[in-house]
Amino acid sequence: MFSRRFFGRVRPESIEYLTGAQIVVRTLLGLGVDTIFGYTGSALLPLFDEINSENWRYIMAKKSDEKKAGAEIIVDTLIEQGVETMFGYPGGVVLPLFDRLYDAPIEFIIPRHEQGGCHMADAYARASGKVGVVVATSGPGACNLTTGLATALMDSVPVVALTGQVRTELIGNDAFQEADTTGITRPVTKYNCIVKDIKDLARTIREAFYIASTSRPGPVLVDIPVDVQVARYESDGQVKMNLPGYRIRTKGHARQISAAAAAINKSEKPVLYVGGGIIIANASEELRALAQKAHLPVTMTLLGLGSFDQNRPESLDMLGMHGSAYANYAVQECDLLIAVGARFDDRVTGKVKGFAPNAKIVHIDIDPTSISKNVNVDIPVVGDAKYILTELVKEVEHRERAPWFKKIAEWKKKFPFSYDKNASVVKPQYVIEELCRQTKGEAIVTTGVGQNQMWAAQFFRFSRPRQFISSGGLGTMGYGLPAAIGAQVARPDATVIDIDGDHSFNMTMTELSTAVENKLPIKVCILNNGYMGMVRQWQELFYNKRYSKTYLANPDYAKVAEALGAVGITVEKAADVPGAIKKMLGQKRPCVVDFRVEREENVWPMVAAGKSLNEMDGLDIMESMA
Amino acid sequence: MKHIISALVENKPGVLAHVAGMFAARAFNIDSLVVGRTEDPKLSRMTIVVVGDDRVVEQVRKQLAKIVPVVKVQDFAGEPVVARDLMLITISAPPDKRPEILSLIEMFRGRVVDIGTKQLMVEVSGPESKIEAFIDVCRPYGIKNVARTGTIAMPRQGPSEAKS
Repeated sequence: MFSRRFFGRVRPESIEYLTGAQIVVRTLLGLGVDTIFGYTGSALLPLFDEINSENWRYIMAKKSDEKKAGAEIIVDTLIEQGVETMFGYPGGVVLPLFDRLYDAPIEFIIPRHEQGGCHMADAYARASGKVGVVVATSGPGACNLTTGLATALMDSVPVVALTGQVRTELIGNDAFQEADTTGITRPVTKYNCIVKDIKDLARTIREAFYIASTSRPGPVLVDIPVDVQVARYESDGQVKMNLPGYRIRTKGHARQISAAAAAINKSEKPVLYVGGGIIIANASEELRALAQKAHLPVTMTLLGLGSFDQNRPESLDMLGMHGSAYANYAVQECDLLIAVGARFDDRVTGKVKGFAPNAKIVHIDIDPTSISKNVNVDIPVVGDAKYILTELVKEVEHRERAPWFKKIAEWKKKFPFSYDKNASVVKPQYVIEELCRQTKGEAIVTTGVGQNQMWAAQFFRFSRPRQFISSGGLGTMGYGLPAAIGAQVARPDATVIDIDGDHSFNMTMTELSTAVENKLPIKVCILNNGYMGMVRQWQELFYNKRYSKTYLANPDYAKVAEALGAVGITVEKAADVPGAIKKMLGQKRPCVVDFRVEREENVWPMVAAGKSLNEMDGLDIMESMA
Repeated sequence: MKHIISALVENKPGVLAHVAGMFAARAFNIDSLVVGRTEDPKLSRMTIVVVGDDRVVEQVRKQLAKIVPVVKVQDFAGEPVVARDLMLITISAPPDKRPEILSLIEMFRGRVVDIGTKQLMVEVSGPESKIEAFIDVCRPYGIKNVARTGTIAMPRQGPSEAKS
């Protein structure tokens, strides 16, 4: 053991002054030592300096410098992949990795539960366009990721999850905290694998980032046994990826693109129906160019919100079960439906047989499995939305289509989203309109799932991509708060608001501590109606108002927030809404506002399950309040 | 309609689970699934027989191709292919019935691979219809056991070759 003091100068018998390191090296040489096994470190630098000058460099390099522990390979590969921030929770079999992360140049956010960590990584990816990274330990840690992975898979979000696993020789023995992680997560990931040999480690992590972020993105999990993290292997620099079965189709077929353009040019009543694929492909600009040049009305799916500026005259807002009446009518009456980066989800189509009955359908998507899965497509184009829309813009002609836009304008005028604006009780829709007004529509909005999510989609006006972050496909309650944290980490200067429901918030509210600890000034607006609102709405409409198990006793959220170190505000009257929002937006600390809203407010319009899009309920209620 | 789908996959752990899991998760029915190595140690071939209308089978094909370690997928429907099934079957065969049974085996170009005092084990290979037919003709004698490989298939080179 050498301490730093050892390397100070001493005065030996000869006149020559030697450093301690020189004495060590000369003594070793004198003893005939020609090989040294070892590993460098900052406290040994003077000694290594001396060893290098004695021409032992190659021996040292070979014996130590080139070999890296698995954990070091992981961290180095993460840095090589551009990871600046990651989320995760430590545990027994990820200790070697966490030891490496101790002084790694990577920002690390620790959630209070792995599910929260996975949602944070997911929202970080959605807000930034980069890959989100989450780490968890074996067994329970990995199991807790599954909801987050499934959420990311359904919404095509690039997430890389790294999990620890028990030692390779224990796998299959029901070891402590062992679970078949790759088995459990296979159906909820785009791809997963276990690395049992350290020489595959760097390559596998590179492949994970590549698979997660390309083509139709999705979560990729890499399971790494603890012995692989401590094993040592020569640094393999840039080993090439080996993915013979993974192909990406970027360019759409030129003839198909021309066919789509011809169909658009011929159409009297076209509708563009766009989804999250536009945002993933960064194709908003191309979409705007197409809509403007060809003069096409645009409707968006829930995940497509933000891909097209809702303030533009071509916008029909959201379509589907709780979409706008004008979007749904337009889709049902159009003669051409151009779907881009959307997948004809049942919440969008309503009854499939009655969906867009008069329309020829063009479908542009990078995932061939999405095409003709739910709805038969006339002109499929497989490829990247940005590329295909760029080509399409070149081939389309401008057409006025005055009668079609006139009809749409009439629907828009007759059936706007509406609610009772004269109520003294807090209307949830009013809260969202006020949030949009005070943030000038610039905030990043995350949501829970249910009524809160639908009102956020209906009443906030989104203008930019990556502005609306919500669990669409899986409908994961509890997503909003961790998502707000992930988005705030990705966009530290943005105003990030979680529009949440009371019961969604209940599911992951422990993550408020994470926001407080990391000084993330997120805002949480709980639309607190004391019910699982959407389920209650269905019980009201379809189960004769028998509110079975949809009521839970809630805590005083303002007090909970204060106890956890956040700011808590309670609002009980409509008149107090603007002031509370103003106060909330001025906070530097995380802030929770508990809006005690109308308890039995419903989301209108609504296309009941099994109905066609034009068979909407609630239009009369909307009209009476408009 | 029955489709024979052939998938070239990477020969590594978890691939079969991936493919089987996809079929289960998407509620596609598998008639048979055969996995074996190919001449390249890095690749295996899966031959999957699926029953469904064209739209379902098209989804099966696309979903298979989407699985990362699946390298290539072919649907042999409508193509000239050689499709074979191998069966081991144990038939009850008392001495007085043996000549009759042996002549049946001859007709089906089967081979007797094991003889006991009361039974015969026979190996038969061929298209599925032939295997089914052999089972039918053996039934009156009493079938003790059947083990089948499921279908493997390969497209024919050219139209000049004989039909199976």
